[in-house]
Amino acid sequence: MSILIENISKKFGHFQALSPLSLDINEGEMIGLLGPSGSGKTTLLRIIAGLEGADTGRIQFGDRDVTNLHVRDRRVGFVFQNYALFRHMTVADNVAFGLEVLPRKERPSATEIQKRVQHLLEMVQLEHLASRFPSQLSGGQKQRIALARALATQPEVLLLDEPFGALDAKVRKELRRWLRGLHDELGFTSVFVTHDQEEALELSDRVVVMSNGHIEQIDQPGALYASPNSRFVFDFLGNANVFEGKVANGKWHNQQASIVLPHSVIEQESTEQKDGQLYIRSHEFFVSKEPTAQANLPLRLIAINPIGAEVRLELTPIDWQSNDVWEIDLPHKAFDKNCFEKGQTLYVSPKAAYFFAHDAQQPVLLNWEASKV
Amino acid sequence: MSSTKNTSSQLRVGDNPWVKWLLIGLTLLLTAILLVVPLISIFQQAFMEGAAHYFSSLLEADTLHAIGLTLLVAALTVPINLVFGVMLAWAVTRFEFPGRKLLMTLMDIPFAVSPVVAGLLYLLLYGNNGWIGSWLYDHDIQLMFAWPGIVMVTIFVTCPFVARELIPLMQQQGREDEEAAVILGASGWQLFRRVTLPNIKWALIYGVILTNARAVGEFGAVSVVSGNIRGETNTLPLLVQAQYEDYQAAAAFASASLLALLALLTLLLKAFIEWRLERSMKLESDKEKKTTA
Repeated sequence: MSILIENISKKFGHFQALSPLSLDINEGEMIGLLGPSGSGKTTLLRIIAGLEGADTGRIQFGDRDVTNLHVRDRRVGFVFQNYALFRHMTVADNVAFGLEVLPRKERPSATEIQKRVQHLLEMVQLEHLASRFPSQLSGGQKQRIALARALATQPEVLLLDEPFGALDAKVRKELRRWLRGLHDELGFTSVFVTHDQEEALELSDRVVVMSNGHIEQIDQPGALYASPNSRFVFDFLGNANVFEGKVANGKWHNQQASIVLPHSVIEQESTEQKDGQLYIRSHEFFVSKEPTAQANLPLRLIAINPIGAEVRLELTPIDWQSNDVWEIDLPHKAFDKNCFEKGQTLYVSPKAAYFFAHDAQQPVLLNWEASKV
Repeated sequence: MSSTKNTSSQLRVGDNPWVKWLLIGLTLLLTAILLVVPLISIFQQAFMEGAAHYFSSLLEADTLHAIGLTLLVAALTVPINLVFGVMLAWAVTRFEFPGRKLLMTLMDIPFAVSPVVAGLLYLLLYGNNGWIGSWLYDHDIQLMFAWPGIVMVTIFVTCPFVARELIPLMQQQGREDEEAAVILGASGWQLFRRVTLPNIKWALIYGVILTNARAVGEFGAVSVVSGNIRGETNTLPLLVQAQYEDYQAAAAFASASLLALLALLTLLLKAFIEWRLERSMKLESDKEKKTTA
C-alpha cells in the first residue's frame, strides 16, 4: 500500500520535532529514514503508525485518509526497538496475539490461528521455540519473533524502529539480508528508522536523510552516494575529509598546503576563482612520499588500521588547518608496495572531490584524473 | 590473586568479628524484646483462664458481631481501593497532565496524616452539623456512628497501598508493551486484561494484602467515627480496647489474638507470594540452562 505524507509537523512543548515535511512512498517500497538522534526520524515513524498525533498535515494509506484514524484501526505492523514482546506469554501466544484480539466475526478459529502461528514461526525459522518465553531468547531470536508477531495480521505497511540497533554485527548483517528477502517475497511496504548509514544504503530502495526535523535528501542509495546535495548529507554519509581553501593563482590554498584547480573548473567561467570547501572521500586519494604537481598536502601518519579489504590511514595536517583527523583508505597492494610507517610525512593528492563554494548549497563534482587525459 | 587469599590479615571493611557478632546479637535481642515476646504474651494472656474460657469469650454475641463487622469493612474496602489504586497508578504513569506531580504527592496524605485527624475530618464533614452531614440529616441518611462511616474512613486510610506498589513497577515497565498491543488491534479492555494486568499481577496482590491488613487493624480513624456502640459499631480493634477497659483482660486478649493470627497469616501469604515470584523466575532460567546445555 502506498503512503502519502503531506505537510506533517510536530512540536513537543517548544521543541520543533518535525518541521512541515512531505514524503511519497510507493507501494511495495522499502524506505530507510536515516539521521542522527534528535533528527525526528522516530517521531515521523510513530506519526505514520498513529502512536503520535501530528500537529498539522495529513497521512494517506493508498486512497484511505488515516490522519484521524486510531492506531488500532490503521492496521500497520510495528517492530519496536526493544521488541516489546509480552514477557508473560510464550512465543506462540505472542505471535497469535494480533489474531486473538480480532473482533469475533473476523477472528479465525482456534485451529486456524494455531496453523497461522505455526506458519509464521516457520517463516522466521524459529518453530522449535514456540513454547519458550521471551526472556529465554537471544536478541536476534526476539527480533524475529517481534517481526512474526507484527506480520501475523498481514499488514500492508510494516514500520520498524531501529530494527537491528541492539544486535551484534554478525547477527545484524544476517537479519538484514533475511528481512530484505522477506520484504521482496511478501511485498508489503516498509519504513524503517536507522542511524547506521551502511544499513540504510544496503537495505532501502530509497533513503530519506533527516536532520533537525526536516528532510535533507530523498534518493536511491547509489544516487545518494554519488550526489549528496548538502554538506550535512555529505558529512553524515561519512568518511569525507574536508579541505577549506582560498583561491589564488589557480590553486586552493590553506596556509602551506595547496591543491591545483582542475581543468574543468578553470574552463568553466561560472565556478572559477571561488573560495570554499573540498569534500574528498577517503578512497579517492593518491598517496606518495613527495608532493605532486597536482597537490601539496603534507600530513603526518599517526595510525595504520587494516580493516577488511583495505588499510585505513589516519593522518594529521602539517602546517595547515583541518578540523578533523584525515582518514584515507588504501588497497593492501598499494599499501604494501610503499611500506609506509607511523610518524612518516606523506603527501596526498585527491583524484575526485565535491566542491562547496561558500555561498552555495549544492556541490560541484570535480575530477582531476579526467582532466589529465 | 594472592592478596585476596590472605583473608586473615586483610578483612573487608566492617568485617571485624567483634563488631559483627555484637551487631547481630543486639539485633536479635531487640527483635525478641520488641516483637517476639509481645506476640507470645498475647496468646499467653488469652489462654490465661483456660481454653474453654478463650473459646467462650470468642463466641460471645458482641465478639461475633465485631468479627462480622470487621470482615464487612475489609470486604468493601479492598475491592474499592483495588479499583481506585489501579486507576490512579494508570493515570499517573501513562498520561502527562498538569497537576500530575501534585496528585502523586496528594496520594500520600493518608500516610502522612494521623488516622485520628482523618477520622475527625470525616466527622466534621459528614456529622449531623457538618457541611454535607446536615443535608444527609435532612434526608435521613446516617453515615457517622454507623458502619458506612467506618468503611469510609478505612478506605481513606488504606487508599495509597495499591497505587504505591504499582506506580514504580508500571514506570519501570514503560508503555511499549501497551503500544504494541494497541497496534496489534487490542481494545482497551483486551489491553488491560491480557497485557497490563499480567504484568502487574504480583504487585497488585501484594498491595491488596497490605490494604487488607490495614483495613482489619485500623483503630484511630475508626474509633472517632464509630461511636463505640457495642454489638453495633465495634470492630475488632475497638472491641479489644472496650473489653480491656471493662477489666475483661482475658476476653480482650482473646480478641487481640485473632488480630495477631491474621497478621501472621498476612506474613505467611506475603512470604508465599515472594517465594512464588522467585520460583517462577528460577524456573525460567533453569529451562534456559537445560536447553543451552
